[in-house]
Amino acid sequence: MVYMDYNATTPCDKRVVEEMLPFFSDEFGNPSSLYKKAKKSREAIEKARSQVAELLHCTPEEIFFTSGGTESDNWAIKGVAFALKDKGNHIITSKIEHHAVLNTVKFLEKIGFEITYVPVDKYGVVDIDFIKKSIKKETILISIMYANNEIGTIQPIEEISEIARKNGIYFHTDGVQVVGKIPFSVEEKGIDLLSLSAHKFYGPKGVGALYIRKGVKILPFVHGGHQEKGKRGGTENVPGIVGLGKASEIAQQEMEEEMKRVKKLRDKLENGIKEKIPEIVINGHPEKRLYNTLNLCVKYVEGESLLLNLDFEGICASSGSACTSGSLEPSHVLLAIGLPHEIAHGSLRFSLGKYNTDEDVDKVIKVLPGIVEKLRKISPFWNNK
Amino acid sequence: MDYTEKVLEYFRNPRNMGRMENPDGVGKVGNPVCGDVMWIYIKVGKNENGEEIIEDIKFETFGCAAAIATSSVVTELAKGKTLKEAEKISNKDVVEFLGGLPPVKKHCSLLAEEGLKAAIEDYRRKKNEGKGKNS
Repeated sequence: MVYMDYNATTPCDKRVVEEMLPFFSDEFGNPSSLYKKAKKSREAIEKARSQVAELLHCTPEEIFFTSGGTESDNWAIKGVAFALKDKGNHIITSKIEHHAVLNTVKFLEKIGFEITYVPVDKYGVVDIDFIKKSIKKETILISIMYANNEIGTIQPIEEISEIARKNGIYFHTDGVQVVGKIPFSVEEKGIDLLSLSAHKFYGPKGVGALYIRKGVKILPFVHGGHQEKGKRGGTENVPGIVGLGKASEIAQQEMEEEMKRVKKLRDKLENGIKEKIPEIVINGHPEKRLYNTLNLCVKYVEGESLLLNLDFEGICASSGSACTSGSLEPSHVLLAIGLPHEIAHGSLRFSLGKYNTDEDVDKVIKVLPGIVEKLRKISPFWNNK
Repeated sequence: MDYTEKVLEYFRNPRNMGRMENPDGVGKVGNPVCGDVMWIYIKVGKNENGEEIIEDIKFETFGCAAAIATSSVVTELAKGKTLKEAEKISNKDVVEFLGGLPPVKKHCSLLAEEGLKAAIEDYRRKKNEGKGKNS
């Protein structure tokens, strides 16, 4: 099987699983309990907090564990919105955010907040001037993703954070697609809040974190016990948190090598497909793009048909076509970069990772042209163009 | 998306696919904006009773697996049938033949029914126009 859907999820690194295992049955103590056994769980959590902090270049006190990227996005946005509602009710975000952000701000819109959706150019880069012009005295938060999950475009994070800082506005970024993939420092980038998810970088599903810069005003989102300094209630997911910590440590050590290796594979895949298949469109920024992501549109055919045929050949990829989402609309990201509907329907995303090899890439380059040819042969648009 | 084995089989090996030269009728249905477009071509002949029948039928489809499978099935169901019988083929027949479709894909079967009807209509219109010219 060839797995090329790493932006959707990744397999757990075996070393991560190994690190987690003792915390299911042996070291099961509730971190909040008093006895010695619980201390082990407590210590494990604090170790993981340091590992994550090291990856982001912040202090452990600024890391708060959650159930994943979606909760972190919800918490960051609603937590700031509710904490600052007396100061203002205006939030700026982009048109290409993940649904965890988009549907959160849509909810806030329903209860009286005002949301500005910043457009992007044909590469998926946000319009910086539009952000500047959108700011008013009621603006309390800018939330713009670090890199897009579908097309991989990386946003000018420093420029955005500078605008936020100059205007005394918080800056949140959904970092789910970059943490563990590219090295950066939240401090240097001027980020106030950052969401991350473990299963996107070889950690377990169901655990993530929110980085909250010291001093940022935010209300709790999950109310409950005193866990996470009273900011996020609920008995900690100890094995999950341990796994996230280990995944962070491994990423810290191995990321730079992986970046070079995976980029080479992605570029080979891109060039191979471009060479063999006529009339395709490569989406995303040519350079400012995640090194593992290749999003393309195959003209005159539909994405789900492509995906299923790939699946018949044992290749896992994804698509932004309407048919894969259960709606009639293709991906909001592809529409936001200006693709017409009929082209957006033919989108295909390959996202590569740690366990991909040269042979994987060769196989896709070998198989895809035949699939496209077969589907184009029965396409009225191809035959009558 | 959970498709039945039959849908996958018809998607993988569609019958009667491709363009037809000089068809007697063409039905063009669907909308590229929604991601499904179906063209059905028919050639009309006569059986031993002198009734008009669908002698040959082909399809071209831009769309998902369900769209391609339903196109293929509707052509199979219609082939050799009299026009009157073919007109009665409904999307339910197509879905039944395939052993069911996921709810969000039901519109694909409707498209197949409409495509076939549109092709027959097109044939009749052309025929009537032809008559008009002759008289």
